[in-house]
This record gives sequence, structure tokens and C-alpha cells, in this order.
Amino acid sequence: MENLVQTAMQNVNFAAIMPSLVLSCCAMVLLLVNVFLPRGKSSLVSWLSVGALVITGFFCLGAWNDPRFGFAGHVALDNFATFFNFTFLIAAGLSILMSDGFLKREEFNVGEYYPLILFTTAGAMWMASGTDMMTIFLGLEVLSVSLYVLAGFLRNRVDSNEAGLKYFLLGAFSTGFLLYGIALIYGVTGTTNVADIGIYLSANPAELSNPLTVAGMLLLSTGFLFKIAVAPFHMWTPDVYQGAPTPITAFMSAGPKAAAFAAFMRILTLGLGGLQDEWTSLLWILAVLTMTIGNVIAIYQTNLKRMLAYSSIAHAGYALVGIVAANEIGMSGILFYMLAYTFMNLGAFAVLVLAGKKGEENLTLEGFAGFGYKKPLLAVAMTIFLFSLMGVPPMAGFVGKFYIFSGAIKAGYIWLAVIAMLNSAVSLYYYLRVMVYMYFKESGEDFGWVTMNVGAVVSIVLAIIGVLYLGILPEGIMEMAKSAIF
Amino acid sequence: MFTVTVHHYLVVSAILFSLGTIGVLTRRNAIVVFMCIELMLNGVNLSFIALSHFLGNMDGQVFVFFVMTVAAAEAAVGLALMIAFFKHKESIDVEDFNLLKW
Repeated sequence: MENLVQTAMQNVNFAAIMPSLVLSCCAMVLLLVNVFLPRGKSSLVSWLSVGALVITGFFCLGAWNDPRFGFAGHVALDNFATFFNFTFLIAAGLSILMSDGFLKREEFNVGEYYPLILFTTAGAMWMASGTDMMTIFLGLEVLSVSLYVLAGFLRNRVDSNEAGLKYFLLGAFSTGFLLYGIALIYGVTGTTNVADIGIYLSANPAELSNPLTVAGMLLLSTGFLFKIAVAPFHMWTPDVYQGAPTPITAFMSAGPKAAAFAAFMRILTLGLGGLQDEWTSLLWILAVLTMTIGNVIAIYQTNLKRMLAYSSIAHAGYALVGIVAANEIGMSGILFYMLAYTFMNLGAFAVLVLAGKKGEENLTLEGFAGFGYKKPLLAVAMTIFLFSLMGVPPMAGFVGKFYIFSGAIKAGYIWLAVIAMLNSAVSLYYYLRVMVYMYFKESGEDFGWVTMNVGAVVSIVLAIIGVLYLGILPEGIMEMAKSAIF
Repeated sequence: MFTVTVHHYLVVSAILFSLGTIGVLTRRNAIVVFMCIELMLNGVNLSFIALSHFLGNMDGQVFVFFVMTVAAAEAAVGLALMIAFFKHKESIDVEDFNLLKW
């Protein structure tokens, strides 16, 4: 017995889970703090949770270039995980900053909201640093269960309820597929450790053509592709993004998506590298399908949240191109793109948070008519984010797309890169249309309800800085991304 | 004499999983849909345990504990969401999730 305890303790390495540990502890403390605060005073919690994210950021910083492993190969806090951890922290931070004003406007200022975002972020960190199916699955579930609650958080708004319930039912459904895939791969290889799966499969190449392995890979991919919102598993995205509270929509489109990409990339390259031909051809088709469906349907949207939801589907398609390319520049391009996408998409949603009335009925193209004259600064910010989403230099979106597509060309997927660029051209239409409405249409509205609120303004400014910095000086971050991939 | 091998367990678990999937896709009541999802998860649990016994490796059984824990957490959150929805619509029929569409 004592031997057992000793072996167990040798494997424990708290340094390997420090960032997510600190973050979950802070979240639990904040839940308690919230109990003792008078109702409606939750602004304090929002600033405290930003503080918690900053503290966690320092712990992440310590792990850069100092990889830590622990818990018998279940956790690896390598550069890959740390890079993604920063993406999650930025996404959570920006969305928390814009939340305070939003919750006050919706008259639902309940402090549990912020710890839930922190738990989601901690779950995302588990996914990025998990090297065992078990850790990845638990991280995914911590992330998903908190997000189900957050999507349905505005209890008194029926569209939020509906979004939460839809997300919950479809999310749980996809979890079933993910688990079945894990079970089948476990059955073939006898292990749930990602690296051991890779070692087993390369030692026994005969198992690669075992139908159970291929079926396991497909079912497992289904689970992750659902979270990434890849067509044909994207049907939940527009509904959930439209109904969920806007700051949560913003967070969902960046943080959890990046987390699913992180876990998916780790499993595909380290665990199922032997099946690369199979998953490459699968993801090639899905990437094309996703980009096309996302961009084409976005053209027909009049609700801006819904339009950005379809645009986020399209962006997931662009990022998948990097996985298909599966070379250094493509893979590190995904890391870069996820960070860039976090800044530009959260910025765009922060503008929507400020521009919305209670109930957000006015977040439509018509509702934005004349916005550029009445609120010029916000309109300029929105324009910057939309240009970045389009992929216009010198914005972050352009550089991200450039890296990913050049990765695809280097790997020989010329047609895929061509299709992706054509899709970017299609996306110009619906992004530019927002600007047309903002600057070239007469407005009946005076936008008197748009009041500047510190948090949202800070998040917009930070997002602009991020977009421009990544767009103009991408080399430093790209070098970091290159040193982060396996 | 008929002996039960790991294959039989896997076939049963595949059947359970498929029944759950069909249920999710065809049933209209959100609670029944959720029950079908639980059926899928339990089908997976059965394969984990059978494979774990077959491989002589405990990982699968540990995984089942986590799956059960997660399923319980999901049930708590899911039923709460359903109650919130029911308060507005007096129904939890999937057909009534019709506010958001293009």
C-alpha cells in the first residue's frame, strides 16, 4: 500500500496543472465572494475575475519554454498548451470586460456568470494540455457543461433558454459519439494515452486498416468537429450564437473553438498520425464544405449575431485548411489564426454589445443604418474588425489566412488554397454590406441608448491593439507559434 | 455450450448506442431525447467495461466512472435548462424550439 502511494506521488506534478488549478481555485473563491455580495453588486466580481485571469496569465508565462509533464502522462504543459492557454485567457478576459455593461442592460446582473466563464476557461486549458483521452474528455465536459449554463443564462429571455437547451441536447449528443470513438480506439490499442496510441499504431501498422480504428477515428472526429462547428455538424451554431448572451457568443466563437482545435490537433498528429491519409482526405472535404456553407448562408442573414455565427463557421473552415496541410507553417498558422480570430471576433461582438438595446431586437442590418454618423468611433472600431475578418492587410486576419493558405500550398493542396481564397472573396460581400449600412444609409435612429461603459471600451481598445499588432508585426508571435507545435 | 465473448458485449453496446442515436433523432420530447443520450453513453460504458476486462487493463473502468460523473452533471444542468424553457413555453417539445431559425 505504501509503495502504491509512493508511486502515485512520484507522478503527481502540480507544476504541470498550475494555470488551470489557480484558475479553478479563483473561480471557486469568487463563487463564495458572490454569496456575500448584495444582489446586483456583481461588477466587483467581474473585475476580480479579470484579476484572476491576469494571475493565471503569470503562471502560464512561467511555463513558456519550460515544459512540464505530470500525472503519469495525463498532462503536458508544453509550449503548445501554453500558447493556447493565452488564447483562452484573452478570450475570457475580453468577454468578461464587456459583460458587466451587458448584464446591467439586460437587468440580469447575477454574479455566478463570471466564475462560470472562469470554469469554462479552466476546462479549455485541460483540453489543450491533456495528453490522455481521459483528461481531454474531462476538460471538454467542464467546458461544455459551464457553457450550456452560460448560453441559457438570461433565464427571463426565451431565446436564451432555447439556445441553452439546444446547445445542451446537441452537445450531449456529440459527446456520445466522441466517447464511442475513444472506446473503439481504446479497444484496438489498449490505452487511452494519446502518445501511447501513436506508439502502438506505428508498432502495429496492421491495426491501421482495422475497421475499428478507422471507425473510432471518425466518431472521435465527429465529437470535436461538432465543437469546432464544422459542416455538416454546424446546425446548432447559428441558433445558439444568436440566442446566447452576446458576450458569451463572443467567447464561444473563440475560446472553446480554439480548445477543440488544440485537442483535435494533438490527437490527430500524436495519436492518429498513422491514419493521416484518411483524416486528411476527410478534412479536405469538410473544410471546403464548411467554408462554402458558412460564407454562402451568411450572405442571406440580416441579424448581425447570426451573420457573425455563419462567419465563424467559415473561419473554422479556413483553420481546418491548416490541419489538412499538416506541415509546420499550416499547424503554427492555426495557432496564430486562433489568436488573431479571438481579437477580431471579440472586438466585433464588443461593438454589438454596446450597440444593442435591451433584448437586442435592433442588432440587424437595418438597425445599424447610419451608425457611422451617429457613433463614429464605434463604427471605425467595427470597420477595423470587419476588415480583419475579411482578411485585408494590415490586419491580423490577413496574416493568419496568409500563413494557413501558404501552408496548404507548400503541402501541395493548391486547389484547397484556391477554394479558400475564393471563399474569402465571397465573404467580402456580407462584411462590406455592414459597412454600407453603417456609412451610406440614412438612419431613423439616434442611437441614444449607446452609452460608453468602461469594460466594453477597454475590451474594444485591447482588441484593436491586438488586431493591429498581429497584423503589422506578426513575426514574433509566429515564431512563438512555430516553437509551440510538436 | 454457448460462451459469451467480448464480441457479444461489443455487439450489444453497439445496438444500445444505435438505439439511443435513433431515439435522439426521432423523439420529440426533450426529456426522452435526453434519456436516449443517456442510453448512448451507457452503451459506450458497456464497451469500455467489456474491453477493459478483455484487455486486462483498468483504464476503461476508470473512464466509466468519469463518464457516469459527467452524465450526472449534464443531467443536473440539462433538467434545469428544460425547466427554464418550460416556464416560458409550457412545453418541452423539440418542435417548440422554433424561435431561432433562418
